[in-house]
Amino acid sequence: MENIGLLIDGFGHILSWNHILLMMVGVTLGILVGVLPGLGAPNGVSLLLPLTFSMDPISAIILLSCMYWGALFGGSTTSILFNIPGEPSSVATTFDGYPMAKAGQASRALTLAFVSAGLGALAGVVMITLLSGWVANFALKFSSPEYFAVYFLAFASFISMGAQSPFKTLVSMMLGFALASIGMDTISGNLRLTFDIPELIKGVSFLIAVMGLFGIGELLLTTEEGLRFEGIKARVKLAEIGRTLVEIPRYWLTIARSTIIGIWMGITPAGPTAASFMSYGVARRSARDKSMFGKGDPRGVVAPETADHSAGTSALLPMLALGVPGSATAAVMMGGLMIWGLTPGPMLFTDRPDFVWGLIASMYLGNVVAVFLVIATVPLYASILRVPFSIIGPIIVAVIFSGAYQVANSVSDIFLVIGFGLIGYVFKKLDYPLAPLVLAMVLGDKAEDAFRQSMLMSGGSLDIFWSNALVAGLMTLGLALLLSPLAFWLIGTLRKRRHDAAPHGDGNAAA
Amino acid sequence: MKKSVSIACIMAAAFGVAAPAAAFEPNRPVEFVVTAGPGGGTDIFARTIQAIIAKYELMKTPVVVTNKGSAGGAEGFVYTAGYKGDAHKLAFGTNNAYLLPVRAKVPYKAEDLTPVAALASDEFVLWVNGKADYSTAADFVAKAKEGGLKIGGSQSKDVDQILTSMINDATGAKINYIPFKSGGEAAVQLAGEHIDANVNNPSENLGQWQAAMVKPLCVFKSVKLSSDAKVAGEKGWGDIPTCKEAGIPIDNYSMPRTVWLPGGVEPDVVQFYADVMRKVSETPEWAKYLADTSQSPVYLSGNELKSAVEVDGAAVSEVLKREGWLAN
Repeated sequence: MENIGLLIDGFGHILSWNHILLMMVGVTLGILVGVLPGLGAPNGVSLLLPLTFSMDPISAIILLSCMYWGALFGGSTTSILFNIPGEPSSVATTFDGYPMAKAGQASRALTLAFVSAGLGALAGVVMITLLSGWVANFALKFSSPEYFAVYFLAFASFISMGAQSPFKTLVSMMLGFALASIGMDTISGNLRLTFDIPELIKGVSFLIAVMGLFGIGELLLTTEEGLRFEGIKARVKLAEIGRTLVEIPRYWLTIARSTIIGIWMGITPAGPTAASFMSYGVARRSARDKSMFGKGDPRGVVAPETADHSAGTSALLPMLALGVPGSATAAVMMGGLMIWGLTPGPMLFTDRPDFVWGLIASMYLGNVVAVFLVIATVPLYASILRVPFSIIGPIIVAVIFSGAYQVANSVSDIFLVIGFGLIGYVFKKLDYPLAPLVLAMVLGDKAEDAFRQSMLMSGGSLDIFWSNALVAGLMTLGLALLLSPLAFWLIGTLRKRRHDAAPHGDGNAAA
Repeated sequence: MKKSVSIACIMAAAFGVAAPAAAFEPNRPVEFVVTAGPGGGTDIFARTIQAIIAKYELMKTPVVVTNKGSAGGAEGFVYTAGYKGDAHKLAFGTNNAYLLPVRAKVPYKAEDLTPVAALASDEFVLWVNGKADYSTAADFVAKAKEGGLKIGGSQSKDVDQILTSMINDATGAKINYIPFKSGGEAAVQLAGEHIDANVNNPSENLGQWQAAMVKPLCVFKSVKLSSDAKVAGEKGWGDIPTCKEAGIPIDNYSMPRTVWLPGGVEPDVVQFYADVMRKVSETPEWAKYLADTSQSPVYLSGNELKSAVEVDGAAVSEVLKREGWLAN
């Protein structure tokens, strides 16, 4: 295979102590920005960008991409330990990761998250290596109707799986849509729901909502329940990491499914956040025993993490091959490419194969370096949970507030976080699910844009969603997912009635 | 130098303030407010300037770049305008600085910002899919008159849609406009044949052009682009005909890259930053940035800049008015 030969050349370009050192620096910095909520990978990479102007492009991209991997890993850490996602794409990890940590399984949850993330990323790179040309062309088939269909599929895979009443899920999701529409509307160019408040024109960042709903909301609950983390007595044992590693093969099906979802969402490019939500939704739906989901099911950690990282990695392919960034971080790196004098786009593969394949080779090495670095630090992170709540609680509040400020350097966001914290507390008390609200905030405006663009393209006809096999297939799948609970419920009721009716009939016969 | 001194005098006179004896120097870190997200054209513009200032030590205090790109850039301009009289905040944008308040109810007015300098002018090119039948802009217009063609572009009621409206007005075409989040998205939609054309800046479509996925029909400029490097096979930027000679009677349409201070700053502050920007525009790094991104070199400051802003603002407002897009 031609690509394998090119990849080996790529390894030839990057295998030097200098580059390995850059990888470790990048990953470490990345973990740091990932752990701090609000800073996030896109900001971290833009902060580092000016430093790379004097480097050669290969070293520069190694540093930046490794920072990206590090940030993705770091984001999962705070999700699991404190219920604060450091990155948008690790929100879904909180659903089961945090309950696991609370139950004293922090090391297990972290190890699961890191290893499955590493596997997801590797799968993404393998896909890039083998299929780069073909996949890049596939992404071109995506237009607004296809995007809408993908988002619709994500909503549908989520809406019906809730443990709570579907009406509560709907209320939560609608609130999310309303929040997502604050700010400037792409299609009309007008401001919506800003009430002439200058702070609102930038919209409500979904990160702010997440930090408040999950972080502050959880702290309020913990305080009410008696000022301590339940996981406090858990001992951190190195053996636990080893035991968890042995446990991984048991989740092969979840990992395989999530990888496919992740790669698909990464190249389309719907992005890692949608991928992790969708993968979590699918894992939960297809699980035979759903009772543990949301209460600390390991599959609830493995699924979003695998998908998040395979999507994050795959998202670099459209950037390299088409000049379309698949994620915010990819967009920053693309800016970097242009400053280094490279034009992202289809010709990059032919003009600068040393750069492209050097980058791909560095993805293999960088992810391996990242997994080793983060697993080595698991005991360190997990031991944070043993610090008394009276000390760690205020620190978390401080981290959340500074994180909220960093999202847009805006003081008003700190008040918003407090507001969202109260909402999160009330939602939990009344047993409303938070996840649909977050999902709607993340994908709501994108779905709206895609829908309205489609309507502009078709002149207002819904036929456009069935205009070719790709979009029709996606829409049909989405509708099927959406309606399946209704169908199951109907079948269940009918069967029950027949079941009820049958003994009744027998009774009659006996009489 | 003499010219800029005289501009300083004129401006001092205009503001009715005597220039203080000691020239202004920033004494704390200067914030560069980028009115676009990370990775966009404005972001690269500001970060290139940041790098050049650092390399040649044009300012004594460090520069901090922040991205405030929500609401089409309004976030950054509102933020900057809120620091009235603050000499340590610079906003980086395009003509959106003075167009946003005209087309949307944003909480700032163009007068709340002080123009410092314009450093580059990004051009607009009419692009169609590489496999499209038409080889000239006239062919495209003929097809567009039948209706049903779609132009995709960045944002709504912004530069791309305004230009589309101007094309319709000048030729009698009936082209629909589909707004996307960025020029990059519009580029890919065109390469995938989901839209019929876009009016992207040269750098936004370069990669696809090199791969023959899209092709340029004409450039909205009174003369051809000056670069004669062959960027896409046999073709270079200089080979693209002007739209006027190719069949679309629009003379000049470009987008300045601009730098702004908050309102109410002292004239010597404006002068200081205008000088820094002029020095930036004279470096080889700046020339390389312009060449890499296929933008035209322009340096405007002082009264020249003010009148350029007025002319551009008036021309575009006319289109906005015709389409009924004025906010007030």
